[in-house]
Amino acid sequence: MAGRRCSSSVLLLILWSLSVFIVVSSQETTPTGGHHEVAADNPQTTTETEQQTAEQPAVEEREWKATEVEKATLGDAETDKQATSAPGSVTPSSVPRPKDDFQEELVIRPLHSGDIYASFQFRTLWETDFMKGNKVSHYRLFPKSLGQVISKFSVRELHISFTQGYWRTMQWGQPFLPSPPGAELWVWFQDTVTDVDGMWKELTNVLSGIFCASLNFIDSTNTVQPSASFKPLGIGNVTDHRFLRYATLPREIVCTENLTPWKKLLPCGSKAGLAILLKSEKLFHSSFHSQAVHIRPVCQDQDCKTTSWELRQTLNVIFDLHTSGQGKREWSLFKMFSRTLTEACPLASSSKVYIDITDDPQGDQFELTPATPLLSQAVVMGDRRTFSVYDLTQQITFGTMRSLNLLIRWKSSEGHMLRPLLHAERYVAGYGLQTGEIHTLMYNNHPYRSFPVLLLDSVPWYLRLYIHTLTVTSKGKENTPSYIHYQPSKDRVRPHLLEMLVQLPPNSVTEVTVQFERALLKWTEYTPDPNHGFYVGSSVISSLVPSIVAMDTNSSQERPLFSNFFPCKEESSYFVRIYTEPLLVNLPTPDFSMPYNVICLTCTVVAVGYGSLYNLLTRSFQIEEPSPGLAKRIANIIRKMRGVPPL
Amino acid sequence: MGLLSDPNRRQALISLLTRLNAPICMVCYMAGVAWFMGLAFEPFTLRTYMSENAMGSTMVEERFPAGERALATGREFAAHKKKADGMPVDWLVKTMQARGLEVFTQSFTRKLPFPDENKERYLVKGTNVYGILRAPRAPRTEALVLSAPCSPGDNNNQAVGLLLGLAQYFRNQIFWAKDIIFLVNEHDLIGMQAWLEGYHHTNTTGMDWSPLQGRGGSIQAALSLELSSDVITSLDLVLEGLNGQLPNLDLANLFYAFCQKIGVLCTIQGKLQRNDWDSVSGYSHAVQTMMLMVMKQASGRPWGDHGLFLRYHIEAATIKGINSFRQFKTDTTTIGRLLEGMYRKLNNLLERLHQSYFFYLMPSLSHFVSIGYYMPAFGLLAVILLLRALDLWVQLVTPPQRTEDGVADIEQQSSPEVLPVLTPLVISHLTGVALYILPIRFQDMAVEHFPVSETEAVVLTAIAIYTAGLALPHNTHRLLAGEGTEQGWKVLKLVAVLYLAVLLGCTALINFSLGFILALTLVPVAAFVTPHVPKVLSAFILVILSPACTLLFSVFFFQELQEMPVSFQEGWLLYLSVISQGILDHSLYGSLVYPLIALLVYPCWLLFWNILFWK
Repeated sequence: MAGRRCSSSVLLLILWSLSVFIVVSSQETTPTGGHHEVAADNPQTTTETEQQTAEQPAVEEREWKATEVEKATLGDAETDKQATSAPGSVTPSSVPRPKDDFQEELVIRPLHSGDIYASFQFRTLWETDFMKGNKVSHYRLFPKSLGQVISKFSVRELHISFTQGYWRTMQWGQPFLPSPPGAELWVWFQDTVTDVDGMWKELTNVLSGIFCASLNFIDSTNTVQPSASFKPLGIGNVTDHRFLRYATLPREIVCTENLTPWKKLLPCGSKAGLAILLKSEKLFHSSFHSQAVHIRPVCQDQDCKTTSWELRQTLNVIFDLHTSGQGKREWSLFKMFSRTLTEACPLASSSKVYIDITDDPQGDQFELTPATPLLSQAVVMGDRRTFSVYDLTQQITFGTMRSLNLLIRWKSSEGHMLRPLLHAERYVAGYGLQTGEIHTLMYNNHPYRSFPVLLLDSVPWYLRLYIHTLTVTSKGKENTPSYIHYQPSKDRVRPHLLEMLVQLPPNSVTEVTVQFERALLKWTEYTPDPNHGFYVGSSVISSLVPSIVAMDTNSSQERPLFSNFFPCKEESSYFVRIYTEPLLVNLPTPDFSMPYNVICLTCTVVAVGYGSLYNLLTRSFQIEEPSPGLAKRIANIIRKMRGVPPL
Repeated sequence: MGLLSDPNRRQALISLLTRLNAPICMVCYMAGVAWFMGLAFEPFTLRTYMSENAMGSTMVEERFPAGERALATGREFAAHKKKADGMPVDWLVKTMQARGLEVFTQSFTRKLPFPDENKERYLVKGTNVYGILRAPRAPRTEALVLSAPCSPGDNNNQAVGLLLGLAQYFRNQIFWAKDIIFLVNEHDLIGMQAWLEGYHHTNTTGMDWSPLQGRGGSIQAALSLELSSDVITSLDLVLEGLNGQLPNLDLANLFYAFCQKIGVLCTIQGKLQRNDWDSVSGYSHAVQTMMLMVMKQASGRPWGDHGLFLRYHIEAATIKGINSFRQFKTDTTTIGRLLEGMYRKLNNLLERLHQSYFFYLMPSLSHFVSIGYYMPAFGLLAVILLLRALDLWVQLVTPPQRTEDGVADIEQQSSPEVLPVLTPLVISHLTGVALYILPIRFQDMAVEHFPVSETEAVVLTAIAIYTAGLALPHNTHRLLAGEGTEQGWKVLKLVAVLYLAVLLGCTALINFSLGFILALTLVPVAAFVTPHVPKVLSAFILVILSPACTLLFSVFFFQELQEMPVSFQEGWLLYLSVISQGILDHSLYGSLVYPLIALLVYPCWLLFWNILFWK
């Protein structure tokens, strides 16, 4: 039945796309049966999520929405433009609503160090619902490969990131979307799944093929089920962590072979729109490169009667001032990507470039050409930021040259970045190959507020943690975590999992230490390069950090007095997730260069030397009597038979 | 083994060994020394070769252009150093930041157990400054270190200048896969110790340091740079580290390969390489080079700032620029290119340096002697001890020839008394403990009562306790068990000989040079001492061959090898300062030579002294 409806909607869809040429997204007239069911479910779901947001890190979702609302209300000039550019969002309800929607944007943030941060986000919305087992066979903007994965493996949420490099929080501030070095994958399965581990195994193998990555190396020894750190980001009422799987591969190296399949998921590929900037020779000539795919269910509208799937593809890259030659503090799209923008992706309902000009309110820090009249404000990471906006769907943006080459030229190198309120680092202490100690340092730079953080550590089994040595100290005093979830490892089966809720006092460093012993592996368990060391994945720190906006209650810079007496609750804290650096730990390693010699020598010594020496030491030797002659022996036998003592 | 299980043949073998014991021992000793001297003979040694594939076949280009600018920076550094009268911390921080590094500082304080008169320091306060070049797209798991000490006076300014120049040049390159840490450490080894302890968050020596803020993961290799003139004639490679540890031979090979490629004269132990190995002077040159390495290694002290890295399993070496009266000079740009090449190759490493040897001796920079070649020399010396022990054992178990009442004799022999053996052991070890603890403990008292400085007090107390150990009542067994028996001293000697064998064997495994030098002097003592030899002559020989005198001779010998012979007076002063340095090295960096000598070797030697005066 469902299949038939689908096919009818496919027909409709083709008709639509033929007749309506300008409206890009296709539309749907009759809601399917599945939608009704969801509509019945949904009120409950939304209340659930709201309850969650009050306490748990799931606030992230709300934060993002708030941002968007802000953008719409604050940027007066922008709303006008949006009305013309994106007809889908304001069309009256009588017109059938679009089925798929694609948006693309690029945010560029000039950093104080002279580096530049570019963040791409591509969002594909798909109004379908196969959570309840509907079969979908028609795909338009949503990539089929991922759609099939979601339906086959009953995935509720999927987050995967590939990162090359480490995000330097102290120099670059907070990223829009954090990710650990290497590959990270976390998936919420639907609660109908019975064999989660089996599904997970298959899923990782399939994803490994899709993204050309070594995700197939994810197995039970590096998979954990965090109890609190990773909550669903989309709507949904599943919080039972039995349906969650989290794994990282800190050693994964990201390169063009991962970028190409990632680009293929975009509706326009790398042929048009912002994606033409994604040239690997430039993206990998950078200080940091991270690409991610996030799939989650989201509400379709304000009422949240129906859900749709959101695919968010993000790519973050930092270009370095020094290595890109000349050392001139000047950046342009061409210098960054060796391409300029000429058009938006025709399938996109919105296509924008944002330049973060918050640090440059008077225009004396850097100059931006071509200038744009469009400004937008948003609260990002608890900070009110101002952006210049370039709308690529407008021809006027490209000017007479028919290409947009944004140029940012610094005028002075003064100014300091606000220190991030939360950052962390981790290292291995000690020397020798027997024991060691993992130190995790968490810095709270807020001058007067303490806040709780959730620390997640997943340590491979070959570092045997001495959990009784776990100490948490801040400001020289012991700091008792209010929540500890520890799952001990099993050799060759599963890793250690340690989750803690720790309160960070204001303006302090909190140090978490735990000692470990290095295991001696079996000789087949060593990697081909055992002397390189073994990786321990990043620890994850999730927190609700007090917002910077709420922090400056005294300085009333250009704001009306009535607006700022009480710190506003809405922005009082924001969700941050940061990752520490992975660790490289050396394990005791046999000398593999001459195993043959060693084995031979040892065996010889043991067999020959030890055996005979033992013999010599334990026996007492005596000179043997010469054996009696034959006649004497016979005589003795006879005497024995007779019962007479022998001769 | 069939030979041994046949009692008759075993008897024959044993009687052969006991009869020819002395000649065999002599031959072994000669053979051991000869073998050792042969190690420096070039046909018997191996040419060095690069074992690590990641460094061998990969080609790198050296393009460092800015030697002159580096020298200018060095002069600027010198000016600021003079102005700040010490480490110009602020200037260094600013300069490193301007070069695009992440800069951090670490302050440390260390109170020495007694004043160091060589370097004139007692309460040491200082600051280390280091900048980290973050490798692009690397997750902070691996790092390399380039360090230059900030020395007092006009020394090493060029090294710091070159370090900053290299930092600037390296920063603009994209190819780094490992973070590079540029470290300027104050108060040479103490600063380095503070930094390394801070980096690895250990505290082995009780130093106060502020924790480090920035790290780069596990350090794979380190080079320390010492450069005090604008142009140099040659570069010297220093390998010997703490407790005689050596870096992987591939690091030396890397240095040698780049010196060859770029055309810089390179030396080891300050000795150039010669091609005339078949001539006597060529051979003696190689012997000198090797003996210098043996002496330095045996001293167990770090001979450059790199020496402390080795404890943390970080391969490290010091490169010293030497400016002598040679005509051909090398400028700073060339040294910069050499270092750039070395760092690019180290950057290519996929694993820690592990392919090549960790135990070796170098008679020249292009030849080496591996552990398999030099160990037999020590083995030949050690076998003497085992032969003597066997001889004593046989003497103890075989009943005397002429026995009337054999039963009683056997009973007496089967239970050798423990007490006469135990008391000298305990007494000599207590003397050792006193030698280890008292000099530093009683320095205040000594200064109060005698007109000496603290340092002199410590050294003289040590010598006094050492000498007093000789005069201790050694015949305690007479109080306990009446007259000392013939059997008593044999048991004691058997114990002492086996003790020495184990002690020397373990030492030689860890620090071959120290083990060999000790074996060279102690083995003859152990072999010949009995209560029946002429007392005065033997006592004289015993004192001459005691560890303290060995050290004295080593001082003179070392000066001779360095072609800086000293008079007896100077030598004696040098000897005193060497003792104080040894004690300082132990408490500052954890060098193990002083406790080894005081707690184990000296008591062992006292046992032989005891045997000599057995009554």
